[in-house]
Amino acid sequence: MTIKLIDLIPKIEGDILTVKGNFNNLTINDGYVSDLLSDVMANAKDNQAWITIMKHLNSVAVASIANIPCIIFANGVIPNSDVIDKANEENICLLASKLSSFEIAGRLYTMLHSK
Amino acid sequence: MKVCEAAVSNSLHEHWAVPDEVKDGREFILNPPEPELVLDYEIESRNYAKAGKASSDIKLTLKQLGVDPSVLRKIAIACYEAEINVVAHSKGGKMHANIYDDRVLVILEDEGPGIEDVEKAMLPGFSTADELAREMGFGAGLGLPNIKKNCDAMHISSRLGYKTRLNFFVLFDKLINGNTNEQ
Repeated sequence: MTIKLIDLIPKIEGDILTVKGNFNNLTINDGYVSDLLSDVMANAKDNQAWITIMKHLNSVAVASIANIPCIIFANGVIPNSDVIDKANEENICLLASKLSSFEIAGRLYTMLHSK
Repeated sequence: MKVCEAAVSNSLHEHWAVPDEVKDGREFILNPPEPELVLDYEIESRNYAKAGKASSDIKLTLKQLGVDPSVLRKIAIACYEAEINVVAHSKGGKMHANIYDDRVLVILEDEGPGIEDVEKAMLPGFSTADELAREMGFGAGLGLPNIKKNCDAMHISSRLGYKTRLNFFVLFDKLINGNTNEQ
């Protein structure tokens, strides 16, 4: 029920936006999909990967506050460099994928539940 | 009739959320004792780029004082939601964190424009957020309910056209000097 983030990246056709190498040992055990920040704070749990299209600086703040180690931006959404800088500072991994939130969540779910 | 409505909507509204087991909740909020440490912040209206700085700083300070990570998470969420409320709805305000050995009391006071109906504002899903707040991923009407959920006691008071004041505290699992919290 736990996977390494680096094993997820090729499965979701993802790219790492933050500094590579900092997250080689990062593991995740669940995921959460939401574009409402208050909902993420209320319902996401520690060590989940968060799939969203919200690319504002506030997303990094919410991830930091809710102990979310990884944000996956769906639909080809790419945040600005200030957001990426902030994520590096906060030690949060940012991934980007052209796939939809649904597709990413499906592939993550399959990986987590096929072991 | 109009005059009567105005009088009603202009009255002071308040909401208390203090569970029975938190016996000193109201008294502590109404007459807070002298804190061990006070952190003060200014919060700017509509500045979403800066929003969250005060909350991160409070979280970091309490982390350094040895507060348990699960308690820290509750504090950070409540602080962040409260800070965002001031950014999104008010003309700006102040945020203070009063740190004691058994809890943190957070006080926010803004410069208005006040809340017409505090009880309504407490309802999950009720929101008066503008387009900008919604674009930023807020405005779902979950802010105050999230604060209530993550703290041990809260009080909010407001009057339309005047300031809004929000106080809440979160108890630590154990005293930050290392003893067990008897609360």
